[in-house]
Amino acid sequence: MSKRIDVKDLNVYYGSFLAVEDVNINIEAKSVTAFIGPSGCGKSTFLRTLNRMHEVLPGARVEGEVLLDGDNLYDAGVDPVTVRTQVGMVFQRPNPFPTMSIRDNVLAGVKLNNKKISKGEADALVEKSLVGANLWNEVKDRLDKPGSGLSGGQQQRLCIARAIAVEPQVILMDEPCSALDPISTLAVEDLINELKDQYTVVIVTHNMQQAARVSDKTAFFNIAGTGKPGKLIEFADTTTIFNNPSQKATEDYVSGRFG
Amino acid sequence: MTTNSLTTSQGAGRAGDKVFSGAAMAAGCLILAVLFGVALFLVVQAIPALAAPPADIQGGHGFFAYIAPIVVGTLIAAVIALVIATPVAIGVALFISHYAPRRLASGLGYVVDLLAAIPSVVYGAWGAAFLAKEISPAYDWLANNLGWIPIFQGPASATGKTILTAGIVLSVMVLPIITSLSREIFLQTPKLHEEAALALGATRWEMIRMAVLPFGRPGIVSAIMLGLGRALGETMAVALVLSSGVLTASLIQSGNQTIAAEIALNFPEASGLKVNTLIAAGLVLFVITLGVNMIARWIITKHKEFSGAN
Repeated sequence: MSKRIDVKDLNVYYGSFLAVEDVNINIEAKSVTAFIGPSGCGKSTFLRTLNRMHEVLPGARVEGEVLLDGDNLYDAGVDPVTVRTQVGMVFQRPNPFPTMSIRDNVLAGVKLNNKKISKGEADALVEKSLVGANLWNEVKDRLDKPGSGLSGGQQQRLCIARAIAVEPQVILMDEPCSALDPISTLAVEDLINELKDQYTVVIVTHNMQQAARVSDKTAFFNIAGTGKPGKLIEFADTTTIFNNPSQKATEDYVSGRFG
Repeated sequence: MTTNSLTTSQGAGRAGDKVFSGAAMAAGCLILAVLFGVALFLVVQAIPALAAPPADIQGGHGFFAYIAPIVVGTLIAAVIALVIATPVAIGVALFISHYAPRRLASGLGYVVDLLAAIPSVVYGAWGAAFLAKEISPAYDWLANNLGWIPIFQGPASATGKTILTAGIVLSVMVLPIITSLSREIFLQTPKLHEEAALALGATRWEMIRMAVLPFGRPGIVSAIMLGLGRALGETMAVALVLSSGVLTASLIQSGNQTIAAEIALNFPEASGLKVNTLIAAGLVLFVITLGVNMIARWIITKHKEFSGAN
């Protein structure tokens, strides 16, 4: 239940503005890949092209190919809705549906894709997903309470539970810990480590220690200046990126000389 | 001897403050005074009608026997207006906020707002001179085919000047209110929640059902309440469109009456106790609209606590 991603010659645009230029990257199945880089370098923008969330913004478009186990996400006739059921996403700020209970939040995606689900199956799925998100013990007695009543870290794990409940192939995480305190961050990082046994995980982070802690491979993005497109500078094993990068810019960034 | 240097103040700055707060307070008090004055006038003038012997009131069976049918007529007209206007308004608002290309959306929003700028007497004239005539064949059809339902019982009015026509005209008049308020609410849906739904594999309509409508529900309800307030109080359009009469269950026969139209049609020639009766009818309308507005306010304040992207 996980697929690899191969990106070929991808250019990402907002209208006529080229935001990310010429990305080629191969992301292995059942691994954690981190995207790092300074603000505005296009790493979040690039991440959002991997499940076609980029094009939700008016005027946004891409050129090039993103292959999910060989199938191009951007082929004519591919429905973005299908893509997003295969490639789930967790956002920077926890965003459970405020009017839904914890249980309904977990089931939200499942009810879309598979309308008929018995109560027993639903209960089992809720438990399995919340256990998978390390949240079950904290919420099992209040599944009918609103999701917005949880702490920030719990809300974020609820969003992860919601994402894994639909059993995607890939999980994208856009700075999932940047709004969380250190203890909640630790809980989410532990969870990421467990998720890679089953899923392909791609995570954007501003926190280099986090990239070093959770990822197998790291991609460094950079930008030449304001108004220039972001580029993928270097992509290698995380230990290589942090200890022995081949590019000067990467070394400057990971050693804290800029960004 | 020491003086506290903080006690010396800048006189000029304070004066501006005082003038402004005084003016603002006066404006606020004026509103309250006007409202209170109107309410007092209504109550004082209504008392003779309420206290009069039943035989002296129009109809001869007392004030409540007089007012009850037209209260019901008022509610029927308002409910027809809302039943028609609400789905259309929500559809238009969703189209503007989530479906239409940006340029079309702003143009369409402007056109809908323009509907609110048409004077009600124009709507009345349109309803009486055009809509009533055009729609009467439809009433005949309803009477012939669905006549077994009490509200469509025949014979249909030949002129088409029925409570249903009045309700349709009212629905066009409340449409812009419900549309523009709903549109504003829908546009405020947090992007986070919309993207959460889309990222789970929701289609656009599913996203609207999961994120936009639950977020907007209290706002929609208060928009409908404000539309209801307008429909209840509307005078000219109903007075011109409706060929009034006694309370009738059938919506396609002439008959029924609303409070506002009853007052407008009878006031010019009224005298004595009849004036008091009409003012008492106005008091009843005032109480109904006040109640509707208070419910709307209450729902709006309830909405506040989860308007943020929590």
